[in-house]
Amino acid sequence: MFRLLKTILLWDLLQGLWVTFRNQNPKYICTEQYPAERPKIAERYRGAPRLNINPDNGETLCIACNLCALACPENLIVVGSARNEETRRKELSTFTYDTSRCMFCGLCEDACPVDALELTQDFELASYTRDGAIWDRQMLEEGPKPSKYLS
Amino acid sequence: MAESTFLDANELVLNMGPQHPSTHGVLRVILKLDGETVTGTECVIGYLHRGVEKIAENRTYIQFAPYVDRMDYVAAVSNGLGYCLAIEKLLNIEAPPRAQAVRVILTELNRITSHLLWLGTHALDIGAITPVFYCFRDREEALKIFENYCGARLTTHAFRIGGLQYEVYDGFEQEVRAFCDMFIPKVDEYEELLTNNRIWVNRLKGVGVLTGDECKEYGVTGPVLRAAGVKWDLRKAQPYSGYEQYDFDIPTAQNGDTYDRYTVRMEEMRQSVRIMRQAIEKIPSGPIMAKVGKVVKPPMGEAYVSIEAPKGELGYYVVSDNSTQPYRVRVRPPSFVNLQALDRMVRGGLIADVVAIIGTLDIVLGEVDR
Repeated sequence: MFRLLKTILLWDLLQGLWVTFRNQNPKYICTEQYPAERPKIAERYRGAPRLNINPDNGETLCIACNLCALACPENLIVVGSARNEETRRKELSTFTYDTSRCMFCGLCEDACPVDALELTQDFELASYTRDGAIWDRQMLEEGPKPSKYLS
Repeated sequence: MAESTFLDANELVLNMGPQHPSTHGVLRVILKLDGETVTGTECVIGYLHRGVEKIAENRTYIQFAPYVDRMDYVAAVSNGLGYCLAIEKLLNIEAPPRAQAVRVILTELNRITSHLLWLGTHALDIGAITPVFYCFRDREEALKIFENYCGARLTTHAFRIGGLQYEVYDGFEQEVRAFCDMFIPKVDEYEELLTNNRIWVNRLKGVGVLTGDECKEYGVTGPVLRAAGVKWDLRKAQPYSGYEQYDFDIPTAQNGDTYDRYTVRMEEMRQSVRIMRQAIEKIPSGPIMAKVGKVVKPPMGEAYVSIEAPKGELGYYVVSDNSTQPYRVRVRPPSFVNLQALDRMVRGGLIADVVAIIGTLDIVLGEVDR
Protein backbone atom coordinates (compact mmCIF):
# COMPACT_ATOMS: atom_id res chain seq x y z
CA MET A 1 0.00 0.00 0.00
CA PHE A 2 2.76 2.39 1.02
CA ARG A 3 4.72 1.40 -2.06
CA LEU A 4 1.73 1.96 -4.29
CA LEU A 5 1.27 5.41 -2.81
CA LYS A 6 4.95 6.14 -3.41
CA THR A 7 4.60 5.07 -7.03
CA ILE A 8 1.50 7.13 -7.65
CA LEU A 9 2.97 10.23 -6.02
CA LEU A 10 6.18 9.90 -8.09
CA TRP A 11 8.24 9.76 -4.92
CA ASP A 12 11.37 8.50 -6.72
CA LEU A 13 11.31 11.33 -9.21
CA LEU A 14 10.72 13.93 -6.50
CA GLN A 15 13.64 12.50 -4.57
CA GLY A 16 15.92 13.12 -7.57
CA LEU A 17 14.46 16.55 -8.20
CA TRP A 18 15.16 17.49 -4.60
CA VAL A 19 18.85 16.79 -5.24
CA THR A 20 18.86 19.08 -8.26
CA PHE A 21 16.98 21.69 -6.26
CA ARG A 22 19.55 21.58 -3.47
CA ASN A 23 22.38 21.91 -5.95
CA GLN A 24 21.12 25.11 -7.53
CA ASN A 25 22.47 27.01 -4.56
CA PRO A 26 24.83 29.69 -5.96
CA LYS A 27 27.60 28.61 -3.61
CA TYR A 28 27.97 25.38 -5.62
CA ILE A 29 28.72 27.20 -8.88
CA CYS A 30 32.06 26.00 -10.15
CA THR A 31 32.23 27.48 -13.66
CA GLU A 32 35.56 29.09 -14.46
CA GLN A 33 35.45 32.45 -16.21
CA TYR A 34 38.52 31.51 -18.19
CA PRO A 35 39.90 34.38 -20.26
CA ALA A 36 38.61 36.97 -17.81
CA GLU A 37 39.92 35.16 -14.74
CA ARG A 38 43.13 33.20 -14.93
CA PRO A 39 42.76 29.67 -13.60
CA LYS A 40 44.93 28.61 -10.69
CA ILE A 41 47.67 26.39 -12.07
CA ALA A 42 49.43 23.84 -9.93
CA GLU A 43 53.02 24.57 -9.02
CA ARG A 44 54.25 21.36 -10.64
CA TYR A 45 52.19 21.80 -13.79
CA ARG A 46 53.94 20.55 -16.90
CA GLY A 47 53.19 23.12 -19.56
CA ALA A 48 55.23 25.16 -22.01
CA PRO A 49 58.97 24.44 -21.97
CA ARG A 50 61.41 27.13 -20.94
CA LEU A 51 65.16 27.36 -21.26
CA ASN A 52 66.34 29.17 -18.17
CA ILE A 53 68.89 31.94 -18.34
CA ASN A 54 71.11 33.17 -15.57
CA PRO A 55 69.36 36.33 -14.34
CA ASP A 56 72.65 37.99 -13.37
CA ASN A 57 74.39 38.00 -16.72
CA GLY A 58 71.74 36.85 -19.16
CA GLU A 59 73.71 33.78 -20.24
CA THR A 60 71.98 30.48 -20.74
CA LEU A 61 72.25 27.86 -18.02
CA CYS A 62 72.28 25.09 -20.61
CA ILE A 63 75.58 23.27 -20.93
CA ALA A 64 74.60 21.56 -24.21
CA CYS A 65 75.03 18.08 -22.70
CA ASN A 66 72.26 16.65 -24.94
CA LEU A 67 70.76 14.57 -22.09
CA CYS A 68 67.26 16.01 -22.62
CA ALA A 69 67.36 15.05 -26.28
CA LEU A 70 68.34 11.50 -25.31
CA ALA A 71 65.66 11.26 -22.63
CA CYS A 72 62.85 12.44 -24.87
CA PRO A 73 60.60 9.57 -26.00
CA GLU A 74 59.55 11.46 -29.12
CA ASN A 75 63.04 12.74 -30.08
CA LEU A 76 61.71 16.23 -30.49
CA ILE A 77 64.58 18.14 -28.89
CA VAL A 78 67.53 19.11 -31.05
CA VAL A 79 70.51 20.62 -29.26
CA GLY A 80 73.11 22.38 -31.33
CA SER A 81 76.47 23.16 -29.81
CA ALA A 82 79.75 24.71 -30.88
CA ARG A 83 83.15 24.65 -29.26
CA ASN A 84 84.30 28.02 -28.02
CA GLU A 85 87.91 28.27 -29.19
CA GLU A 86 88.96 30.66 -26.41
CA THR A 87 87.64 28.77 -23.40
CA ARG A 88 87.78 25.33 -25.05
CA ARG A 89 84.27 24.61 -23.77
CA LYS A 90 81.17 23.37 -25.54
CA GLU A 91 78.58 26.10 -25.74
CA LEU A 92 74.96 26.06 -26.76
CA SER A 93 74.31 27.46 -30.20
CA THR A 94 70.77 26.39 -31.16
CA PHE A 95 67.97 24.64 -29.31
CA THR A 96 64.80 23.44 -31.02
CA TYR A 97 61.79 22.05 -29.20
CA ASP A 98 58.80 20.77 -31.17
CA THR A 99 55.81 21.39 -28.90
CA SER A 100 53.41 19.92 -31.46
CA ARG A 101 54.78 16.42 -30.80
CA CYS A 102 55.45 16.92 -27.10
CA MET A 103 53.34 14.94 -24.67
CA PHE A 104 54.59 16.86 -21.63
CA CYS A 105 55.76 13.78 -19.80
CA GLY A 106 58.50 15.73 -18.02
CA LEU A 107 61.31 13.29 -18.74
CA CYS A 108 63.48 16.04 -20.24
CA GLU A 109 63.33 18.23 -17.17
CA ASP A 110 64.06 15.20 -14.98
CA ALA A 111 67.13 14.51 -17.11
CA CYS A 112 68.52 18.05 -17.08
CA PRO A 113 71.53 18.15 -14.71
CA VAL A 114 71.58 21.96 -14.34
CA ASP A 115 67.83 22.72 -14.26
CA ALA A 116 68.09 24.70 -17.45
CA LEU A 117 65.16 23.07 -19.23
CA GLU A 118 61.92 23.31 -17.34
CA LEU A 119 58.25 22.77 -18.06
CA THR A 120 56.45 25.85 -16.79
CA GLN A 121 52.94 26.81 -15.84
CA ASP A 122 52.22 28.48 -19.18
CA PHE A 123 49.54 26.50 -20.92
CA GLU A 124 48.48 28.64 -23.89
CA LEU A 125 50.45 27.01 -26.68
CA ALA A 126 48.17 27.55 -29.67
CA SER A 127 49.61 29.05 -32.81
CA TYR A 128 48.25 29.82 -36.25
CA THR A 129 50.83 27.81 -38.14
CA ARG A 130 52.49 24.46 -37.75
CA ASP A 131 55.88 26.14 -37.70
CA GLY A 132 54.73 28.22 -34.80
CA ALA A 133 54.64 25.08 -32.66
CA ILE A 134 58.34 24.49 -33.21
CA TRP A 135 60.11 26.66 -30.71
CA ASP A 136 63.61 27.93 -31.21
CA ARG A 137 66.06 29.02 -28.56
CA GLN A 138 64.82 32.61 -28.41
CA MET A 139 61.21 31.54 -27.99
CA LEU A 140 62.17 29.05 -25.30
CA GLU A 141 64.06 31.66 -23.35
CA GLU A 142 61.41 34.35 -23.60
CA GLY A 143 58.37 32.13 -23.17
CA PRO A 144 55.07 32.27 -25.02
CA LYS A 145 53.24 35.56 -25.33
CA PRO A 146 49.55 34.70 -25.57
CA SER A 147 47.09 37.37 -26.64
CA LYS A 148 45.21 39.07 -23.86
CA TYR A 149 41.47 39.01 -24.18
CA LEU A 150 38.88 40.99 -22.23
CA SER A 151 41.86 42.51 -20.40
CA MET B 1 26.33 -11.80 -38.07
CA ALA B 2 29.25 -14.11 -38.37
CA GLU B 3 27.21 -17.24 -38.94
CA SER B 4 25.49 -16.10 -42.10
CA THR B 5 25.98 -13.23 -44.46
CA PHE B 6 22.52 -13.64 -45.93
CA LEU B 7 19.61 -11.82 -44.44
CA ASP B 8 16.05 -12.96 -44.08
CA ALA B 9 13.42 -10.80 -45.72
CA ASN B 10 12.52 -9.15 -42.42
CA GLU B 11 16.08 -8.58 -41.25
CA LEU B 12 18.05 -5.39 -41.37
CA VAL B 13 21.70 -4.53 -40.88
CA LEU B 14 22.43 -1.33 -39.03
CA ASN B 15 25.77 0.32 -38.42
CA MET B 16 26.15 1.78 -34.98
CA GLY B 17 29.19 3.98 -34.84
CA PRO B 18 32.07 4.68 -35.22
CA GLN B 19 30.76 8.18 -34.64
CA HIS B 20 27.83 7.21 -32.47
CA PRO B 21 27.87 9.29 -29.28
CA SER B 22 27.07 6.41 -26.97
CA THR B 23 29.74 4.01 -28.15
CA HIS B 24 32.19 6.03 -26.03
CA GLY B 25 34.74 6.49 -28.73
CA VAL B 26 35.27 5.01 -32.12
CA LEU B 27 33.66 1.61 -31.71
CA ARG B 28 31.63 0.35 -34.65
CA VAL B 29 28.99 -2.25 -33.92
CA ILE B 30 27.23 -3.87 -36.86
CA LEU B 31 23.82 -4.91 -35.64
CA LYS B 32 21.61 -7.45 -37.34
CA LEU B 33 18.06 -6.58 -36.47
CA ASP B 34 14.74 -8.28 -36.69
CA GLY B 35 12.40 -5.41 -36.09
CA GLU B 36 13.76 -3.92 -32.91
CA THR B 37 15.30 -7.15 -31.66
CA VAL B 38 19.01 -7.67 -32.05
CA THR B 39 19.75 -11.06 -33.59
CA GLY B 40 23.49 -10.67 -34.02
CA THR B 41 26.33 -8.24 -33.62
CA GLU B 42 29.81 -7.76 -34.88
CA CYS B 43 32.28 -5.36 -33.32
CA VAL B 44 34.67 -3.53 -35.58
CA ILE B 45 37.57 -2.12 -33.64
CA GLY B 46 40.89 -0.61 -34.57
CA TYR B 47 39.93 2.95 -35.39
CA LEU B 48 42.16 4.16 -32.57
CA HIS B 49 44.98 1.71 -33.13
CA ARG B 50 48.35 3.34 -32.59
CA GLY B 51 50.55 0.29 -32.20
CA VAL B 52 51.53 1.05 -28.62
CA GLU B 53 53.00 -2.41 -28.13
CA LYS B 54 55.23 -1.90 -31.16
CA ILE B 55 56.23 1.58 -30.00
CA ALA B 56 57.46 -0.06 -26.80
CA GLU B 57 60.05 -2.03 -28.74
CA ASN B 58 61.63 1.19 -29.98
CA ARG B 59 61.74 3.03 -26.65
CA THR B 60 63.76 2.51 -23.53
CA TYR B 61 61.97 1.20 -20.46
CA ILE B 62 61.81 4.67 -18.93
CA GLN B 63 60.70 6.32 -22.15
CA PHE B 64 57.78 3.97 -22.63
CA ALA B 65 56.17 4.88 -19.30
CA PRO B 66 54.29 7.96 -20.61
CA TYR B 67 52.76 5.90 -23.41
CA VAL B 68 50.94 3.47 -21.13
CA ASP B 69 48.99 6.42 -19.70
CA ARG B 70 47.47 6.90 -23.12
CA MET B 71 45.90 3.47 -23.37
CA ASP B 72 43.24 3.73 -20.71
CA TYR B 73 43.34 7.47 -20.51
CA VAL B 74 40.67 7.82 -17.84
CA ALA B 75 42.69 5.55 -15.54
CA ALA B 76 46.22 6.59 -16.44
CA VAL B 77 47.59 6.09 -12.95
CA SER B 78 46.50 2.44 -12.84
CA ASN B 79 48.18 1.83 -16.18
CA GLY B 80 51.36 3.41 -14.95
CA LEU B 81 51.28 1.30 -11.80
CA GLY B 82 50.88 -1.92 -13.76
CA TYR B 83 53.75 -1.09 -16.09
CA CYS B 84 56.07 -0.01 -13.28
CA LEU B 85 55.28 -3.16 -11.28
CA ALA B 86 56.08 -5.33 -14.31
CA ILE B 87 59.47 -3.69 -14.85
CA GLU B 88 60.19 -3.82 -11.12
CA LYS B 89 59.50 -7.54 -11.20
CA LEU B 90 61.94 -7.90 -14.09
CA LEU B 91 64.55 -5.92 -12.19
CA ASN B 92 63.76 -7.88 -9.03
CA ILE B 93 63.30 -4.77 -6.91
CA GLU B 94 60.42 -3.42 -4.89
CA ALA B 95 59.31 0.14 -4.37
CA PRO B 96 59.90 1.48 -0.84
CA PRO B 97 56.93 1.40 1.56
CA ARG B 98 56.37 5.14 1.33
CA ALA B 99 56.15 4.97 -2.44
CA GLN B 100 53.76 2.03 -2.21
CA ALA B 101 51.40 3.90 0.11
CA VAL B 102 51.31 6.95 -2.15
CA ARG B 103 50.78 4.68 -5.13
CA VAL B 104 47.80 3.06 -3.44
CA ILE B 105 46.25 6.43 -2.63
CA LEU B 106 46.65 7.71 -6.16
CA THR B 107 45.39 4.54 -7.83
CA GLU B 108 42.31 4.46 -5.62
CA LEU B 109 41.71 8.11 -6.39
CA ASN B 110 42.03 7.18 -10.02
CA ARG B 111 39.50 4.39 -9.59
CA ILE B 112 37.06 6.99 -8.30
CA THR B 113 37.67 9.36 -11.22
CA SER B 114 37.27 6.50 -13.68
CA HIS B 115 34.03 5.33 -12.11
CA LEU B 116 32.73 8.89 -11.95
CA LEU B 117 33.33 9.34 -15.65
CA TRP B 118 31.64 6.02 -16.28
CA LEU B 119 28.64 6.94 -14.13
CA GLY B 120 28.17 10.32 -15.77
CA THR B 121 28.36 9.07 -19.33
CA HIS B 122 26.39 5.91 -18.66
CA ALA B 123 23.56 7.89 -17.10
CA LEU B 124 23.74 10.28 -20.03
CA ASP B 125 23.31 7.36 -22.43
CA ILE B 126 20.26 6.16 -20.58
CA GLY B 127 18.80 9.65 -20.61
CA ALA B 128 19.59 11.05 -17.19
CA ILE B 129 21.40 14.26 -17.98
CA THR B 130 21.89 15.61 -14.48
CA PRO B 131 24.42 13.15 -12.99
CA VAL B 132 27.09 13.96 -15.57
CA PHE B 133 27.40 17.51 -14.26
CA TYR B 134 27.72 16.42 -10.66
CA CYS B 135 30.13 13.64 -11.54
CA PHE B 136 32.43 15.91 -13.49
CA ARG B 137 32.25 18.57 -10.79
CA ASP B 138 33.45 16.11 -8.15
CA ARG B 139 35.92 14.44 -10.50
CA GLU B 140 37.52 17.85 -10.84
CA GLU B 141 38.47 17.80 -7.15
CA ALA B 142 40.32 14.53 -7.62
CA LEU B 143 42.00 15.77 -10.79
CA LYS B 144 43.24 18.80 -8.87
CA ILE B 145 45.04 16.45 -6.49
CA PHE B 146 46.67 14.74 -9.48
CA GLU B 147 47.64 18.09 -10.95
CA ASN B 148 49.14 19.28 -7.69
CA TYR B 149 50.98 16.02 -7.19
CA CYS B 150 52.49 15.36 -10.59
CA GLY B 151 51.64 18.29 -12.81
CA ALA B 152 49.13 16.69 -15.15
CA ARG B 153 45.47 15.94 -14.81
CA LEU B 154 44.74 13.11 -17.16
CA THR B 155 47.84 11.50 -18.61
CA THR B 156 49.68 11.78 -15.37
CA HIS B 157 52.94 9.84 -15.69
CA ALA B 158 52.88 9.83 -11.89
CA PHE B 159 55.01 6.76 -11.16
CA ARG B 160 58.48 5.85 -12.22
CA ILE B 161 60.19 2.49 -12.33
CA GLY B 162 61.31 1.83 -8.76
CA GLY B 163 59.08 4.28 -6.95
CA LEU B 164 58.02 7.85 -7.39
CA GLN B 165 59.59 10.83 -9.08
CA TYR B 166 57.87 13.42 -6.95
CA GLU B 167 57.64 13.68 -3.19
CA VAL B 168 54.11 14.45 -2.01
CA TYR B 169 53.41 18.17 -1.87
CA ASP B 170 52.59 20.12 1.29
CA GLY B 171 48.95 19.65 2.10
CA PHE B 172 48.58 16.39 0.16
CA GLU B 173 47.22 14.53 3.20
CA GLN B 174 44.76 17.30 4.02
CA GLU B 175 43.53 17.50 0.45
CA VAL B 176 43.00 13.75 0.19
CA ARG B 177 41.22 13.72 3.56
CA ALA B 178 39.04 16.63 2.47
CA PHE B 179 38.22 14.78 -0.72
CA CYS B 180 37.25 11.64 1.20
CA ASP B 181 34.98 13.63 3.53
CA MET B 182 33.44 15.51 0.64
CA PHE B 183 32.96 12.49 -1.57
CA ILE B 184 30.91 10.03 0.51
CA PRO B 185 27.86 12.34 0.73
CA LYS B 186 28.19 12.92 -2.99
CA VAL B 187 27.91 9.20 -3.74
CA ASP B 188 24.74 9.15 -1.69
CA GLU B 189 23.55 12.05 -3.78
CA TYR B 190 24.12 10.18 -7.05
CA GLU B 191 22.31 7.21 -5.59
CA GLU B 192 19.39 9.43 -4.65
CA LEU B 193 19.22 10.59 -8.24
CA LEU B 194 19.38 7.17 -9.83
CA THR B 195 18.96 4.12 -7.61
CA ASN B 196 15.21 4.37 -7.11
CA ASN B 197 14.40 6.28 -10.26
CA ARG B 198 11.76 4.28 -12.15
CA ILE B 199 13.15 5.03 -15.61
CA TRP B 200 16.64 4.05 -14.53
CA VAL B 201 15.44 0.85 -12.90
CA ASN B 202 13.22 -0.15 -15.79
CA ARG B 203 15.93 0.48 -18.33
CA LEU B 204 18.61 -1.47 -16.45
CA LYS B 205 16.99 -4.32 -14.49
CA GLY B 206 17.36 -7.60 -16.32
CA VAL B 207 19.21 -6.06 -19.26
CA GLY B 208 22.42 -7.64 -20.52
CA VAL B 209 22.52 -10.49 -18.07
CA LEU B 210 25.84 -12.28 -17.87
CA THR B 211 26.09 -15.14 -15.39
CA GLY B 212 29.21 -15.93 -13.43
CA ASP B 213 30.05 -18.98 -15.54
CA GLU B 214 29.66 -17.03 -18.76
CA CYS B 215 31.91 -14.32 -17.36
CA LYS B 216 34.59 -16.91 -16.66
CA GLU B 217 34.23 -18.36 -20.15
CA TYR B 218 34.73 -14.99 -21.75
CA GLY B 219 37.48 -14.00 -19.34
CA VAL B 220 35.52 -10.98 -18.23
CA THR B 221 36.95 -9.30 -15.13
CA GLY B 222 36.33 -6.34 -12.93
CA PRO B 223 32.96 -4.99 -11.84
CA VAL B 224 31.21 -6.95 -14.59
CA LEU B 225 32.44 -10.21 -13.07
CA ARG B 226 31.68 -9.14 -9.52
CA ALA B 227 28.16 -8.11 -10.44
CA ALA B 228 27.59 -11.73 -11.50
CA GLY B 229 28.33 -12.90 -7.97
CA VAL B 230 31.95 -13.98 -8.38
CA LYS B 231 34.04 -12.62 -5.54
CA TRP B 232 37.24 -12.00 -7.43
CA ASP B 233 39.43 -9.00 -6.91
CA LEU B 234 43.15 -9.07 -7.63
CA ARG B 235 43.76 -6.67 -4.78
CA LYS B 236 42.69 -9.47 -2.45
CA ALA B 237 43.59 -12.51 -4.56
CA GLN B 238 47.21 -11.57 -5.24
CA PRO B 239 47.93 -8.34 -3.36
CA TYR B 240 50.40 -5.95 -4.93
CA SER B 241 51.82 -2.64 -3.77
CA GLY B 242 50.88 -3.33 -0.15
CA TYR B 243 47.14 -3.86 -0.61
CA GLU B 244 47.23 -6.66 1.96
CA GLN B 245 47.56 -4.06 4.74
CA TYR B 246 44.23 -2.43 3.99
CA ASP B 247 40.87 -3.56 5.13
CA PHE B 248 38.15 -3.40 2.51
CA ASP B 249 35.29 -5.44 1.10
CA ILE B 250 34.75 -6.77 -2.39
CA PRO B 251 31.30 -5.57 -3.42
CA THR B 252 29.32 -8.21 -5.27
CA ALA B 253 25.80 -8.60 -6.58
CA GLN B 254 23.76 -11.58 -7.66
CA ASN B 255 21.89 -11.04 -10.90
CA GLY B 256 24.67 -9.95 -13.23
CA ASP B 257 22.49 -7.45 -15.03
CA THR B 258 23.22 -3.84 -15.86
CA TYR B 259 21.63 -2.56 -12.68
CA ASP B 260 23.85 -4.78 -10.54
CA ARG B 261 26.94 -3.56 -12.30
CA TYR B 262 25.84 -0.05 -11.39
CA THR B 263 25.40 -0.89 -7.72
CA VAL B 264 28.73 -2.73 -7.62
CA ARG B 265 30.59 0.25 -9.04
CA MET B 266 28.91 2.66 -6.65
CA GLU B 267 29.95 0.47 -3.73
CA GLU B 268 33.47 0.21 -5.14
CA MET B 269 33.82 3.98 -4.95
CA ARG B 270 32.94 3.84 -1.26
CA GLN B 271 35.47 1.07 -0.69
CA SER B 272 38.12 3.12 -2.50
CA VAL B 273 37.50 5.97 -0.09
CA ARG B 274 37.86 3.48 2.74
CA ILE B 275 41.25 2.32 1.44
CA MET B 276 42.42 5.89 0.93
CA ARG B 277 41.43 6.81 4.48
CA GLN B 278 43.48 3.94 5.86
CA ALA B 279 46.45 4.63 3.60
CA ILE B 280 46.59 8.36 4.34
CA GLU B 281 46.70 7.71 8.09
CA LYS B 282 49.88 5.68 7.87
CA ILE B 283 52.09 6.88 5.07
CA PRO B 284 55.46 5.63 6.27
CA SER B 285 58.42 7.96 6.06
CA GLY B 286 61.52 7.05 4.15
CA PRO B 287 62.80 7.10 0.62
CA ILE B 288 60.44 7.20 -2.33
CA MET B 289 62.73 5.61 -4.88
CA ALA B 290 64.40 2.21 -4.85
CA LYS B 291 67.95 1.88 -6.14
CA VAL B 292 67.51 2.07 -9.89
CA GLY B 293 70.27 3.22 -12.18
CA LYS B 294 69.89 6.03 -14.68
CA VAL B 295 69.70 3.37 -17.37
CA VAL B 296 67.20 0.60 -16.74
CA LYS B 297 68.62 -2.62 -18.12
CA PRO B 298 66.80 -5.67 -16.73
CA PRO B 299 68.36 -9.12 -16.96
CA MET B 300 67.13 -11.49 -19.62
CA GLY B 301 63.75 -12.88 -18.76
CA GLU B 302 60.08 -12.21 -18.77
CA ALA B 303 57.51 -10.97 -16.29
CA TYR B 304 53.75 -10.82 -16.14
CA VAL B 305 52.07 -8.57 -13.62
CA SER B 306 48.36 -7.98 -13.41
CA ILE B 307 46.60 -5.43 -11.29
CA GLU B 308 43.01 -4.58 -10.58
CA ALA B 309 42.40 -1.55 -12.77
CA PRO B 310 39.03 0.23 -12.51
CA LYS B 311 37.78 -1.77 -15.48
CA GLY B 312 39.15 -5.18 -14.58
CA GLU B 313 42.36 -7.14 -14.74
CA LEU B 314 45.07 -5.11 -16.39
CA GLY B 315 48.12 -7.18 -17.20
CA TYR B 316 51.56 -6.32 -18.52
CA TYR B 317 53.77 -8.99 -20.02
CA VAL B 318 57.28 -7.76 -20.65
CA VAL B 319 60.13 -9.71 -22.22
CA SER B 320 63.64 -8.45 -21.73
CA ASP B 321 66.65 -9.41 -23.84
CA ASN B 322 69.13 -7.70 -21.51
CA SER B 323 69.14 -4.43 -23.42
CA THR B 324 67.76 -1.02 -22.57
CA GLN B 325 64.70 -1.56 -24.72
CA PRO B 326 62.00 -4.16 -24.11
CA TYR B 327 61.99 -7.05 -26.55
CA ARG B 328 58.22 -7.32 -26.35
CA VAL B 329 55.49 -5.69 -24.32
CA ARG B 330 52.08 -7.23 -24.35
CA VAL B 331 49.16 -5.58 -22.61
CA ARG B 332 46.14 -7.48 -21.42
CA PRO B 333 43.58 -4.71 -21.44
CA PRO B 334 40.39 -5.24 -19.44
CA SER B 335 38.21 -3.27 -21.86
CA PHE B 336 39.18 -5.38 -24.86
CA VAL B 337 38.37 -8.65 -23.13
CA ASN B 338 35.16 -7.34 -21.60
CA LEU B 339 34.01 -6.10 -24.99
CA GLN B 340 34.06 -9.65 -26.34
CA ALA B 341 31.06 -10.47 -24.18
CA LEU B 342 29.01 -7.78 -25.90
CA ASP B 343 27.52 -10.14 -28.46
CA ARG B 344 26.38 -12.56 -25.79
CA MET B 345 24.80 -9.75 -23.79
CA VAL B 346 22.90 -7.92 -26.51
CA ARG B 347 21.63 -10.93 -28.48
CA GLY B 348 17.88 -11.17 -28.15
CA GLY B 349 17.60 -7.77 -26.55
CA LEU B 350 16.24 -4.56 -27.91
CA ILE B 351 18.29 -2.09 -29.87
CA ALA B 352 17.89 0.53 -27.14
CA ASP B 353 19.51 -1.88 -24.69
CA VAL B 354 22.68 -2.00 -26.80
CA VAL B 355 23.43 1.53 -25.68
CA ALA B 356 22.92 0.59 -22.04
CA ILE B 357 25.11 -2.50 -22.37
CA ILE B 358 28.00 -0.74 -24.09
CA GLY B 359 27.80 1.86 -21.35
CA THR B 360 27.81 -0.69 -18.57
CA LEU B 361 30.86 -2.52 -19.93
CA ASP B 362 32.81 0.71 -19.32
CA ILE B 363 35.09 0.40 -22.31
CA VAL B 364 37.73 2.91 -23.27
CA LEU B 365 38.58 2.65 -26.93
CA GLY B 366 42.15 3.79 -26.41
CA GLU B 367 42.65 0.60 -24.47
CA VAL B 368 40.62 -1.66 -26.75
CA ASP B 369 42.59 -0.70 -29.84
CA ARG B 370 45.91 0.25 -28.21
